[in-house]
Amino acid sequence: MNLATFWFILIAILFTGYFVLEGFDFGVGILLSLLSRDETDRRVMINTIGPVWDGNEVWLITAGGAMFAAFPLWYASLFSGFYLALLIILVALIVRGVCFEFRSKVDSVRWRANWDRAIFAGSVLPAVLWGVAFANIVRGVPLNAAHVYTGNLLTLLNWYGLLGGLVTLSLFTLHGAIFLSLRITGVLRDRARRTALGVALAAVPLAAAFLAATQVSHGRPATDVTAGLAAVALLGGVAAAFRGREGWAFAGTAATLALAVATLFGDLWPNVLPSSTSAAFSLTVSNASSAHYTLVVMSWVAVIFTPIVLGYQGWTYWVFRKRLTSSDIPAAKTPASSSTGLGGTQRPAGGQS
Amino acid sequence: MTVLELSRWQFGITTVYHFIFVPLTIGLSILVACMQTAWLVKKDPVYLRMTKFFGTIFLINFAVGVVTGIVEEFQFGMNWSAYSAFVGNVFGAPLAMEALLAFFLESTFIGLWIFGWNKLPPRLHLATIWIAAIGTNMSAYFILAANSWMQHPVGYRVNPVTHRTELTSIVALLTNSTVLAAWPHVILASFVIAGMVVIAVSAWHLARNSQTDVFRRAMRIGLAVTLAAGIATAVTGDIQARLMDSQQPMKMAAAEALYNTSAPASFSLFTIGSLSGGKELWSVRVPYLLSLIATLNPHGTVQGIDNVEHAYDKKYGPGSYKPVIPVTYWSFRLMIGFGMLATLLALIGLWLTRRRRIPRARWFYRAAIWGVALPYLATTSGWIFTEMGRQPWTVFGLMTTAQSVSPGVTASSVIISMTVFTLLYGALAAIAWWLTIRHVKVGAPAEAEPGAAEPLPVFSY
Repeated sequence: MNLATFWFILIAILFTGYFVLEGFDFGVGILLSLLSRDETDRRVMINTIGPVWDGNEVWLITAGGAMFAAFPLWYASLFSGFYLALLIILVALIVRGVCFEFRSKVDSVRWRANWDRAIFAGSVLPAVLWGVAFANIVRGVPLNAAHVYTGNLLTLLNWYGLLGGLVTLSLFTLHGAIFLSLRITGVLRDRARRTALGVALAAVPLAAAFLAATQVSHGRPATDVTAGLAAVALLGGVAAAFRGREGWAFAGTAATLALAVATLFGDLWPNVLPSSTSAAFSLTVSNASSAHYTLVVMSWVAVIFTPIVLGYQGWTYWVFRKRLTSSDIPAAKTPASSSTGLGGTQRPAGGQS
Repeated sequence: MTVLELSRWQFGITTVYHFIFVPLTIGLSILVACMQTAWLVKKDPVYLRMTKFFGTIFLINFAVGVVTGIVEEFQFGMNWSAYSAFVGNVFGAPLAMEALLAFFLESTFIGLWIFGWNKLPPRLHLATIWIAAIGTNMSAYFILAANSWMQHPVGYRVNPVTHRTELTSIVALLTNSTVLAAWPHVILASFVIAGMVVIAVSAWHLARNSQTDVFRRAMRIGLAVTLAAGIATAVTGDIQARLMDSQQPMKMAAAEALYNTSAPASFSLFTIGSLSGGKELWSVRVPYLLSLIATLNPHGTVQGIDNVEHAYDKKYGPGSYKPVIPVTYWSFRLMIGFGMLATLLALIGLWLTRRRRIPRARWFYRAAIWGVALPYLATTSGWIFTEMGRQPWTVFGLMTTAQSVSPGVTASSVIISMTVFTLLYGALAAIAWWLTIRHVKVGAPAEAEPGAAEPLPVFSY
């Protein structure tokens, strides 16, 4: 295996990390208003991802940086070509990110309700658009001889791209519902589990249709296997959720996302961005990659530091492994007590435990 | 406006904005870590209250810094794809390293710090803020290494077949003399900002005689940090000036609007007249100073704009290699002037607060509160100077800004994105500002009752 292919796989792994981790963050954001009955419910839900969402988002930044360093032409054509789609994703991620930090800082029903709407929009839009983007990358986009994208935003909104968007939306919502059922306890936990089963009714047929369509047009034997395993993992995850085995259910949806990314990247290789104008204009692993020395340096950096990152991120999840209940959430602040200004609590026991 | 002009405006707006929030988090992360360390060492609850209070200001700014940072990474590919394709081999490496080595560290450990108050043993919890702070400062190094390569490209070759740059030495890239000077300069300037924010906040409370136990001490910390960092920023800036003189002589000449090579060269504090060619009506000049800054020798030769232009015409082909002189001239002065005023304010403040004194003079508090704008204006001017002064190049001597822009992106797309970013960023700034002011006015959390399970309210969402 040459180094460029190694980096292609590494970028697939970084996007896998991003979708598995921020996938449930998006799901929690989408379900925030749908699943909650009161402010305490919402705070329990937000606090399940509170300590980790920021670190999860860095997987995207690292994937973007890795693309820039290892496949400059892929990064250049993709990011300039998908300009408006990426703009929407960026705006959504910006709004969503500050929501978490700002929401708790003011004790007012209207203030929080506005941020809750923003969290919903900021979670739905990227959840759809990542699917649209990756479906179109596999399908191929109009690129000219200089590898410049010649379409526009509407070019991306073809039926296959939109199907991809619905798949990521439903999978992330399912993944988020299962994550919530794993991380909280009490009534909200049951509600999350039942919601997961409801979402699965949409997610399973959508994912099956998308994977089948993908394999018919772009498949190869190896990815037929990963696509099949993705379907098995999804069904297994849903079955586990049905039987109340939330840990297995989460492993199932996480594996589904990982195998789906493997399938898409496997179908894509050796292209990185196929041109629908002419196959000769496609960007490939070899014509888009950096020179040998850059790849060698970056390989050493990745081989040494990726395990370290996995180690401390894993440790973070271990620290915050305990299920949350409404009694872990500090009592809602009254106007007088909001004078602590810390987004915190009157009762000293509060917070996150 | 053309796609090029629009893209430049957008990059300028988003980057200047990003760097309003970032320097405070660079400096304040370390200061908050020090406050928490002081609490653990001295067991004095005042330091815990200080940690929580300034910790919240830090987190509000950190959130905006993070989310606007994603835009920075994406817009190289979105708006400057020709640049990205040309430099990705070299420039992409420090960006990817930043994400993997530094950004993961700060983001993950910030989460542990915010939510770990009751979960982690105190020493381990203290370690999380230190790791986040170190990650933040490392992050700055990688980004500045990337930027320094644009100012002074090293450790690369241009592939004669692909006409793209290729990395030949990562060590050369990471030990570029330009980044070795720029990193301390930026970090120290960030400490001036953090110090001035601490001063301004403390002044607001001391002027009202509120929570003097916390804010008298915080004021001293802020003053000492601002004075020390302000002086050190000037020293590192001076080192940068000499590097600039040898690496980018046009920028040095443009900083003074010096058209003709001079020895000795004077430095004008102020000029009235036309900067675009010698029609000077009135100016205040310090003899020998520019020679001293640029060469360490009062009689040293400083090259003039016209002379450098002539040399560049020969080297790079006919064209214009001048930046916009009024911008470089004034941004250079404003950077130095605002920075010096902040340092001076800190010096005065240290005198007024000597031996546990709490100053009574209203003018001092007014100056200390409004003075918070000074270091922000200085860093903004500094970035405008260093980036505008490099023009017409994106990568000095290798690629011009005009060649860097995305060929496939339309003007209407950039108008949309620039409008969206400007409005969104404006709204975010207003909200962050309002939240910070609100938090500042409330002040530090009160001391907990003895025997309470937790010393103070914890952070949570």
